[in-house]
Amino acid sequence: MTSDTPHASLTGVTRRFGGAQPVHALGPIDLDLARGEFFSVVGPSGCGKSTLLDVLSGLGKPTSGTVSFEGKAVSGSVPDGVGVVFQEDASFPWLTVRNNVAFGLRRAGVDPAEINRRVDHAVGFMGLSQFAGHYPAQLSGGMRQRVCIARTLVQQPRLILLDEPFGALDQQTRLLMGDELLRLWRETGATVLLITHALDEAAMLSDRVGVMSARPGRFIDLVETGWERDRDSRIVSDPAFGAITSRLWSSLRTESLKTLGRVA
Amino acid sequence: MLAIPVLALEVLCRTGVVDPMTIIPPSDMLASMLAQIASGDITDSMEQTFSTIAAAFALAVAGGTLIGAAVHAQPRLRRAIDPLLASYYSVPTFIFYPLLVALLGLGMAPLVMIGVLSAAPAVVISTLAGLDGVPPVLLRVARIQRLGRARTLWLIVLPAAMPRLFSGFKLALSYSLIGVIAGEFILSGSGLGYAISFAYQSFDNRAMYGLMLFVLLVAVLANGILYTWEGHLARRRVRG
Repeated sequence: MTSDTPHASLTGVTRRFGGAQPVHALGPIDLDLARGEFFSVVGPSGCGKSTLLDVLSGLGKPTSGTVSFEGKAVSGSVPDGVGVVFQEDASFPWLTVRNNVAFGLRRAGVDPAEINRRVDHAVGFMGLSQFAGHYPAQLSGGMRQRVCIARTLVQQPRLILLDEPFGALDQQTRLLMGDELLRLWRETGATVLLITHALDEAAMLSDRVGVMSARPGRFIDLVETGWERDRDSRIVSDPAFGAITSRLWSSLRTESLKTLGRVA
Repeated sequence: MLAIPVLALEVLCRTGVVDPMTIIPPSDMLASMLAQIASGDITDSMEQTFSTIAAAFALAVAGGTLIGAAVHAQPRLRRAIDPLLASYYSVPTFIFYPLLVALLGLGMAPLVMIGVLSAAPAVVISTLAGLDGVPPVLLRVARIQRLGRARTLWLIVLPAAMPRLFSGFKLALSYSLIGVIAGEFILSGSGLGYAISFAYQSFDNRAMYGLMLFVLLVAVLANGILYTWEGHLARRRVRG
């Protein structure tokens, strides 16, 4: 695979749901993700952002078009090397933090010493070392989300998909979690696709931001942020940040009004 | 806390306020129970009743869980079965004992069946509830982890559903115990239930109450063990 080949791509992808009331949920979408890129998707409610994640991860099959990851087609089954962090709490309540994080590694038959090493690292990286023996019910929502991120991180995925992972958190925690996400991205060198409804989050974290239209979701704008790789939440004070956020909103506002049934 | 009514009863019996033909003092009940156990008179009955209950419980749990899982996987079947399950416990199942004897012969089998018929539906109901309660996001995690159906069931669905499943197991123990003892009481020629009935019909209050106390204590102990185990499992899932 040459460096020109996208790490993951969607070509002419649509997704329609049948049934009593057929829904054209997504597309057509064309998107190429470069290896190691941080790409965010913003869009109005119901535009198909989560459907995009489903199709890209292999959780759902596209109705038309093709999805590829590392040069191989993705269709209806999840390829090796993909990690997903969901919006809802997906931690396993019957396992401790440690065993939650170790879950995927144990299933893969990794050597126990290596499991311990990687789990210790991931748990420490996400600031959970003190709570390694606790159960998720004893943790806050933000900490449970960090458990899920640690569980994903520990398997060293090459493509990390996140579906509004910080949706339930307060603003300050979100900003700090954004910083952690950037650290994770730099440390793993993974390609990241983040779905968020927070424009400032998208503007701050990403190399590129895709703005989706109202349903059926298609990309109506692709913004390059031009940030340095070595960035964190303090970038919000950069003048370019305001320009990017306002460009995102001006593209998005019309679409959001459409979703509410109103005209711009 | 229980000591107060027990002591009150002891006093009332010893002072003759309560007729010994009606009920004997708790201390006599205890003495009778211990004597019967020690003498070996009821050893055969104990073995028979407990093995019958154990068999009924095991079959009810295994069968009920499998049936519950199968019904859960077939929504149309479930819609058909739901009303039957809802009204099941209004039927006194040991009215079917003569039919079971005709089908299975005399001996343990019809009693085990009564225990199973009493207990299995509770397991089916709790299995359905447990499977309903598995958060869909966990099933998506299973797919991201590329687990496959069998491992998803074993590693994710079963542990996620376990609290509700366990409630069903507790009920299954109670119902199989009740079903078997009641079955022996009314219709059998052996076992602890029969022994109680025989003592009753022989006006042997001492023996009868001793046996009743024994069955009561066994039931409480068995349930107590399950409750404690359940509490231990549940403690992890409750915000501490």
